[in-house]
Amino acid sequence: MSGDVVTRDPIDVGALLAELRDDGRGATAVFLGSVRSGPDDGPVTAIEYSAYEAMVGEEFGRIVAEAAGRWPGTAYRVRHRVGRVSAGDPSIAVAASAPHRAEAFEACRYVIEEAKQRLPVWKREILADGTTRWREG
Amino acid sequence: MAVSCLLFGRYAELLGTAQLELELGQPATVADAVERLRGTHPHGDRLPPSPLVAVNREHVGHDRVLAHGDELAFLPPLAGG
Repeated sequence: MSGDVVTRDPIDVGALLAELRDDGRGATAVFLGSVRSGPDDGPVTAIEYSAYEAMVGEEFGRIVAEAAGRWPGTAYRVRHRVGRVSAGDPSIAVAASAPHRAEAFEACRYVIEEAKQRLPVWKREILADGTTRWREG
Repeated sequence: MAVSCLLFGRYAELLGTAQLELELGQPATVADAVERLRGTHPHGDRLPPSPLVAVNREHVGHDRVLAHGDELAFLPPLAGG
């Protein structure tokens, strides 16, 4: 991996893909998770993300190392936003690149599922009336 | 021995601090540190009896033995992504 995993800036997917470009890897799968404000979420206008930033970097590194061991020849770029992220904007990106599409999809799925379970990140929802509340899961 | 404790999210709010030092006898486990914090900090009992913890930026169980200078983090239920 390279670059800062935790970022206060909008996630630049194009930059992640450019970093992953390699003639030997013909397949790249990207997962983007965005702040949701659907009918079941209440009037959420944004989420304030906080993180144990040093551990997020290390834990993402462990997850990616596990995936690289399981699917040889794969490479990864990951980002997680902290700070205020508006509804609809991406908060997490996982890009997995592999020689073939099957491994790219599987590896990308593995990394995002493990990230959801293991990254020390918390979110505080900001509602339309300005109030906030911790959101779990 | 001393370990430095970090509190995040809701836990930092509940205890009114994001960082503190704990003095522990040796040997001591994470469970001992949790018990000490819950028993001695003014708002320690606001922490759940068995919170998620990390030592030196790695998830660990409560039976993990601590060493002087360890960084012990108390993690509210995770909500990344």
